[in-house]
Parts: sequence; structure tokens; C-alpha cells
Amino acid sequence: MTDSPKMTARHVNVHYGPKQAIADVSIDIEQDRVVAFIGPSGCGKSTFLRTLNRMNDTVPSARVEGDIRLDGQDIYAPEMDVVQLRARVGMVFQKPNPFPKSIYENVAYGPRIHGLAASKADLDAVVERSLTRAGLWNEVKDRLSDSGTALSGGQQQRLCIARAIAVDPEVILMDEPCSALDPIATAKIEELIHELRGRYAIAIVTHNMQQAARVSQRTAFFHLGTLVEYGATSDIFTNPRQERTKDYITGRYG
Amino acid sequence: MSALALALIVAGLALIGWLVARARAAAFRNGSQRFSSLPGHHGWYVALWVIVPPLAFLAIWSAVSPALVTEAVVAQPAAAALPPPGFDRASILSEARALAEGRAYGAFNDLSARLAPFYAVAQARYDWIATAAALLLAFAGGGFAFTHVRPDFRARTRVERIVMGLLLAASLIAILTTIGIVASLLYEAARFFRMVPIGDFLFGTHWSPQVLDARDPGANLGAVPLFWGTFFIGAVIAMAVAIPFGLMSAVYLTQYAAPSVRRWMKPILEVLAGVPTVVYGYFAALTVAPAVRDVAVSLGVTWASSESALAAGLVMGVMIIPFVSSMADDSLNAVPSAMRDGSLAMGATSSETIRKVMIPAALPGVVGGVLLAISRAIGETMIVVMAASGVATLTANPFASATTVTRQIVDLLTGEAEFDSPKTLAAFALGLTLFIVTLLLNIVALTVVKRYREAYE
Repeated sequence: MTDSPKMTARHVNVHYGPKQAIADVSIDIEQDRVVAFIGPSGCGKSTFLRTLNRMNDTVPSARVEGDIRLDGQDIYAPEMDVVQLRARVGMVFQKPNPFPKSIYENVAYGPRIHGLAASKADLDAVVERSLTRAGLWNEVKDRLSDSGTALSGGQQQRLCIARAIAVDPEVILMDEPCSALDPIATAKIEELIHELRGRYAIAIVTHNMQQAARVSQRTAFFHLGTLVEYGATSDIFTNPRQERTKDYITGRYG
Repeated sequence: MSALALALIVAGLALIGWLVARARAAAFRNGSQRFSSLPGHHGWYVALWVIVPPLAFLAIWSAVSPALVTEAVVAQPAAAALPPPGFDRASILSEARALAEGRAYGAFNDLSARLAPFYAVAQARYDWIATAAALLLAFAGGGFAFTHVRPDFRARTRVERIVMGLLLAASLIAILTTIGIVASLLYEAARFFRMVPIGDFLFGTHWSPQVLDARDPGANLGAVPLFWGTFFIGAVIAMAVAIPFGLMSAVYLTQYAAPSVRRWMKPILEVLAGVPTVVYGYFAALTVAPAVRDVAVSLGVTWASSESALAAGLVMGVMIIPFVSSMADDSLNAVPSAMRDGSLAMGATSSETIRKVMIPAALPGVVGGVLLAISRAIGETMIVVMAASGVATLTANPFASATTVTRQIVDLLTGEAEFDSPKTLAAFALGLTLFIVTLLLNIVALTVVKRYREAYE
């Protein structure tokens, strides 16, 4: 465990046009730990996740305030290169979104655009390593030239994870990565998250509280755009300090 | 009785039927009972039964009655002097008909003048029969429908079904018209191919229909230069303009433009599509063609034509830009935004995302759009009539003159045209070939677009 957190967010506000989506959220994302963001739909957890690699920049009306740092460096500073930031902070989306290319090309996409592989052999090695880490290598090694979109939903999502780790990120953001998957595929992704934890700082948004309890060490509970409670997962689920957290995890609402 | 009066009478009967049936149905509804149909539905049911049968009858009658009238005239003793069936007989009969209807003032052939009164009599008799039958059908239909106006009669669903039938008939008319056009095209083209071997037409490389050798008309009716010219202007030069500019403007509009820019820029681009092609035509002929020639001359090309393929193709390309742009725009918009986000989240820049993810994903739609654009370009007439040459040359030089199929069809059919010479009939053969080519292009394009649409749903 490192001393200082990988990413720190302090007093983050997000507005979509006149509407405030996030109010005064402060969270740390630590190396070698998984932090889960839970909360009812529309509570701002996905919005917050997307501030961490500036994906909200693609929404013209979105405005982000506050201080978010990666290794102490302000990611919203003018001199910050968004392209480099996103290479360091990867993202996996709710719905598997492989590109309409071959499995190999899907994984090779990131290394190619960032010039991470010097030769074809290097690139092959990166692709194999990424697919292996994503637990997909054995299933696809004989058909790397098949289309990525021809895989099953769970395989597609693991392909997207392989794609994200191929550029060697430091942080991986996952936005409800299992919500479109069946229970078996979900179990595989959760297992994968456990394995990836030693290598990357991970933040995961989930609707599923059991999932949060299974995969995370820290949990943040969002409600109506505010961070209600943030702490060790075991504490949040067994001994919540806030009444609202307790109501939510016991299924009173949400 | 004139057709207008008949129409007014039928409409009046329908109105009466509507009012009476509605009033009668309304009389049922005194209690709190629920009925399947409102009084208005009963009214419409009766009104439709008044209108539709005479209308259908008259439609069929108008197709059949001219033949019946002619038959009645031919049965007259005076008609014994008619020549045997053929072109002369038909022209005398049609002249007699024109005289009888007051469309002609003097007879060219005195036999027509003698037959004209018989025509008038027969026509009047058949008109009476038609009027009487139509009114009878209107009454019969109305009476039949009126017996159905009962509380438990489901007029609502019946009206629905009749309306569906009318809508079906309307769409069939469009299809049947197309089939009719194709059939006439086929018929005339077949006449042409009886005079000129199909191989000479399709593979001959010499086109000069003004000077035809009567013994071997096919020698001067080789369509290859025309099809080459069409392909060169419409599919090569025009697309060299339309594809890059159309695609790039679509990329800008969908991926980069702020909503406020897109809001005014897209309509302006679409206005380009609304410019009448004749305006493009004189723009091409009067502005672009001389400019192209001057540029060619300044580049040292001494034999540059002022009716160059380049001028026509450039302007045609500009005309097609909005078409390509809007097809590409649709295809790019149909690519799920998850695809774009996925690439951006990997740290790709916007242009990398567009080149490596968006355009490959949208490619089938773009290709389909381009094929449709080509099929439009090669069917385009006005620009080439005004700006392209009438002389068929087989050349790949953009500064030389070139002609197109559509331009030649216009030339063949304007001025003195005899409808039994290979020169005129060649227009139909060209039209048929062009029709087949664009039809195939459209089929391929729509299949490509459709298959691609399915992939993302």
C-alpha cells in the first residue's frame, strides 16, 4: 500500500447547463484498492466517475468545478493533456462497446495510437498479455481475426477490459460493467476485478450492492448528487453511520 | 351530361346518404347502451358505398369505352372504305374522333369527315350508358349499405377496411405507373433492337446518329462512348468532388461543429440540394466551363474544349455534395456514441477516433450513400445538356469534350423526330439501359445500407 492516494477529488461540483448533478464530493482513489460507488439511479455516481478521466468534456453543457488530482497533478489544469490523461485513466462502459474490428485490432488499437509497441512482435506480445490479464486469451487465441462484435456479451466486456489495460493505465474506471451481463459473465468479471486489483487503482460504479460488497474495499454512497458516506466497505455494509446509507443498503428505497 | 355534373351528383348523393345514415344511427342511441360504431361511422359507411362503386366503374369504363365506340363506328356501312388495320386506318379514325370531339377544325382526310358524325353519335350513346350505370351503381351501393345501418352493425371496422383499400389502391397506382413506363420503354427498345443488333449498340465505339447508313444503322449507334462519358463525368469527376467534400462536411457537422454552428450550417448545405439543376446548368456552361478552359490554356493545354467533361463534372459534383453529406451524416449519427466514447476513453484524439473508429463503422452506410449519389449523377440531365458536348468522344482527358447518355437522349428526341427510325428509337434503348444501370445501383446501395442498419439494432 502506498501512502498518498492515486487520485484525489476535493469539493467537486458538476453542472449540466443550469442543473447541478454533483455537489461538493471529495473522495480518494487508492492504489491496489477497489472503490465502489453505489446509490440509486440518477444520484450522480456515473457523472462523478466520468469527471475522473474528463469524459464529461464530450458533453458540451457539462461544467466541472473543484480539484481532481492524479499523482498530485491537477487534471483540469490547462497544461494537462487530455489524451495522456485518458491513457493513464482507462474506462470500461456499462454496455460492452467493442469496435467493429477484429479481436486483435480492438486490443491493438490503444497501443497503436499511443505508439506503445515498436514492432509487430511487441504488439503481439501486448495483445496477448492484455487478453491474458482480462481472462480472455484462452477463449479467443485461435480466432483473433474474428470480429470483436461476434463475441458473447460477457466476452465483449472482457475484451473491452483487455482493450483498456493494453495501454497500461494506472487507474481503471468501470461504469456498471456488469449491468448488461448474465450472472455467470458477471461472476467472471468480478473475479477479474479481484485479479486486476494488485496492478491498478480501480473505481467501479454499480447498482448491485452485493457486487459492491464482493469486489470493493472502499465504498462511497451517493444520493441526490451528494456523497453521503464514504469508508471501508465492511463498515458501510455492516455499520453505516448515516441513516440514509442504512435505509438504502437495507433496501428501504432506491 | 358532363363528367363534372356527374361527379357533383354522386357527391351530393353521398352527402345525402351520409346525413340520412347518421341520423338513423343516432336515433338508435337513446339509452345508455354502448355501440361499436358512432353515428358518423354509419354515415361514412353509406357515403363510401355511394362513391366507390361508380368511381370504380368509371375508371374501368374509361379504359374500355374508346374501343367500344370505335367498334360501333367501324360497324357502320360508311366505314367499309377504311384501309385495312395499320397506321393509315388508325390515323383516319383518330382524326375522325378529334373532329367529333371538336378538337380539330378541318379534316385532312375526307373519310374522317364522313365518319365524324358517327363518332359523335356513338360517343353520346356510350356516355349516356356510363352516366346511367354510374348513377344506378351509386343508388344500389347506397341502398345496400343503408340496409346495414343497424345498432349491432360494426360500421367502424368496415369503414376502416374500406379506407385501407383506398390507401392500397393509391399506392398501387404509383407502382402500376412505374410498370407502365418500364413496359413502354421495353416496347420501344425492342423495336430498336429489331433494327439494330444489340451487340452493335452495347459494344460499338462509334456514335453519330445524325448520319446513319440505312443498310447498317448499328455501325453509327455504338453506345460505348456515351456510357463512358456518363461514367467519366458522373461517377469519376463528380464523385472526386462530391465524396471528399461531402464526407468532410459530414464529419465536421457531426463530430466537431458546436450545436449552434450545426443549426445554421446544415440547412444552408441542404439549400444546395434545392437549387434547380437548370441553374447549375448555366452556371456550368457560362462560368465554370470558360474558367476551366482558361486554366487549361494557362497550363499549356492548347486543345482544351469549352465544353469540357471537367466543367460539367465539377458542377455536378457540387450539386451532389449535400446528398453525400446528408447520407454520411445519417450513417455517422447511426454509429452508437458508445463507440466514440470507447475510443476517446482510450486516449484517442477526435480525429483518430473519426478515422479509425467512426468512419470504418459508418463505411457501409457511406458507401451506400455514394452509390445512390452516383445513380443520381448519371441520371442527371440538365447540367450536361447545357455544359457537356453533343459530340461523342471516347476520351479520358478531363479537358476534352465528352457527352452523356441523358444529353444524347435529349438531342435524339428534340426537333424533327420520326418514331420509326433507329435514330429516334435509340433514345429508348439508351433510356432503358440507363434505367437498368441506375436500378441495379439503387438495389445494391439499399441492400448495403439496410444490412448495415441491422448491424446496430
